[in-house]
Amino acid sequence: MAEIVLQGFRFGFLLLLWLFIFAAFRVVRADLLGGRAGRVASVPPRAAAPGKKRNGKGPRTLVVTAGPLSGTKITLGEQPILIGRADDSTLVLTDDFASSRHARLTNRGGQWYVEDLGSTNGTYLDQQRVQGPLLISPGQPIRIGQTALELRS
Amino acid sequence: MAGPSTDPRAAAAPGATVPTRRGTEALLLAFAVLLTLAAQCIVDLTVTGSLRPELATFGIWFTALWTGAHLVVRRFAPYADPLLLPCVAVLTGLGLVMIHRLDIADPDAGSDAPVQLLWATIGLVLFVAVLLTVRDHRLLSRYAYILMLVGLVLLAIPAVLPASISEVYGAKLWIRVAGFSIQPGEFAKICLVIFFAAYLVDKRDVLALASRKVMGLEFPRGRDLGPVIVVWVLSILVLVFERDLGSSLLLFGIFVVMIYVATERASWVVIGLLMFAAGATLAYNAFGHVQARVDTWLDPFAYYDGSGYQVAQSLFGLGTGGLFGAGLGGGRPDAVPIAKSDFIGSAVGEELGLFGLAAVIMVYLILVERGLRTSLIVRDPFGKLLAAGLSFAVAWQLFVVLGGVTGLLPLTGLTTPFLAYGGSSLVANFGLVALLVRISDAARRPATPHVAPQRLTDAPTEVVQP
Repeated sequence: MAEIVLQGFRFGFLLLLWLFIFAAFRVVRADLLGGRAGRVASVPPRAAAPGKKRNGKGPRTLVVTAGPLSGTKITLGEQPILIGRADDSTLVLTDDFASSRHARLTNRGGQWYVEDLGSTNGTYLDQQRVQGPLLISPGQPIRIGQTALELRS
Repeated sequence: MAGPSTDPRAAAAPGATVPTRRGTEALLLAFAVLLTLAAQCIVDLTVTGSLRPELATFGIWFTALWTGAHLVVRRFAPYADPLLLPCVAVLTGLGLVMIHRLDIADPDAGSDAPVQLLWATIGLVLFVAVLLTVRDHRLLSRYAYILMLVGLVLLAIPAVLPASISEVYGAKLWIRVAGFSIQPGEFAKICLVIFFAAYLVDKRDVLALASRKVMGLEFPRGRDLGPVIVVWVLSILVLVFERDLGSSLLLFGIFVVMIYVATERASWVVIGLLMFAAGATLAYNAFGHVQARVDTWLDPFAYYDGSGYQVAQSLFGLGTGGLFGAGLGGGRPDAVPIAKSDFIGSAVGEELGLFGLAAVIMVYLILVERGLRTSLIVRDPFGKLLAAGLSFAVAWQLFVVLGGVTGLLPLTGLTTPFLAYGGSSLVANFGLVALLVRISDAARRPATPHVAPQRLTDAPTEVVQP
């Protein structure tokens, strides 16, 4: 075998091996980012359509509008709602971007507040990252990882 | 992007179906097969200057194996992780190539590559069998104590058998019957991981909650140390009766990490390390063979003519390989004794260099990462612990073996998973991957809409957390 061919084999194979790893990493990346990068979908803004205010009565249901659990409804009571991947959460998320105990919704005098429980990737209320407790108005999207939630009356 | 603070991907289209990603898996598997065949051709061309006729048979057989595995996964675990199988395919393929390459280097010793291919076939049969029988990984927790018994018996068999049947190179961890040698410890490993997972899911509350605070760390009560001590004693027994450092280390390491994962308590790691230190000191002072291993590790060149020869040769090989290696078929990996099984890492390092060895380690890391990720996303605690334990077992075994080959750790009798020559290791690890595939299928499968069962008797029982 000619020396040049052997050198070609030598580096060519290493290149091929690393190409495999590169391909594998692309899959890992696609998985982490939830599908192909560039696929942008957004929740239809519902805040613009307030509907009837049900004279002073607060929101009644928590609806999941996006993410794996899309369509899930939780009827609101007086109890706080724990959201996270942990099994004992009120809403158990199957979302890679959610923390075990991610956020909590609490009822104070008929109004609901969202609090972040020190999650890794944060909770967003309508574009704004939740730091302290924030008042949620009906129709405002709450985003946790790939999941979006909103309160409806 | 207009809104920097929000993630546009956070809002996937409602009702979007979860991709199964089987196509990705098929593509990567094809890549893995291509990689293997390319390597095989390079070896033949470099060493003999021509392609062997057996290459066609090998190619067809190898391709058929992975096609079969892929089809079974497609049918029976459609949501499984797409990277697990291709990583295993690359490692198995590269292992076959290296073993074939060592066969050529020493034609008198007989050819082991066809045997290994046969083992890989048996391994894939086990893979398929596990996927077909274990339809829901949670069912495994029902057999936890039976599996523990099986694991312990498998672990104990070589110790009680006469040395003529069970001893190879001083370590008593084999069953050699009718030309076949089986290392039951590899199967025991999986059984025990399943048992640990089931046991720790049951007991983790008491192990995590009852504690005292000492020096900023939450330490468990004395009586809760029972299980750790039992496993520790078991590891020491393995060390004493089978004279195998590797299995002993593997067993204890897996348990400590699983108890850490189950309880989220760093103190368990501290306790584990302390017990390991105690055990290691004890073993070093009590057993000659451990002392010999440690001395060889500290200075292999001082024992070049004796016990250090293997490690010294391996280090020479890695040095010869340098950054880019000698090229497949261009080195002298056969200069290391037992290069096919224990020292395949040094053969890879010599022929593919640092870049090649790093690539191989990277493939392992991807495999382990996928396993740990499965553990993160699967819902049930048993599945979480099982996936974490199994992936850690692979990582830990690789670390211990490559540590030995590169002189970082004392030599142990473990084999490099998937890569090394050895039937039981290969077959057992295929079983392990089958379990990971099964769990990852459950983890990524979209939740089925909850339908109320027709009659109460049909309703599945479910553990409700208090």
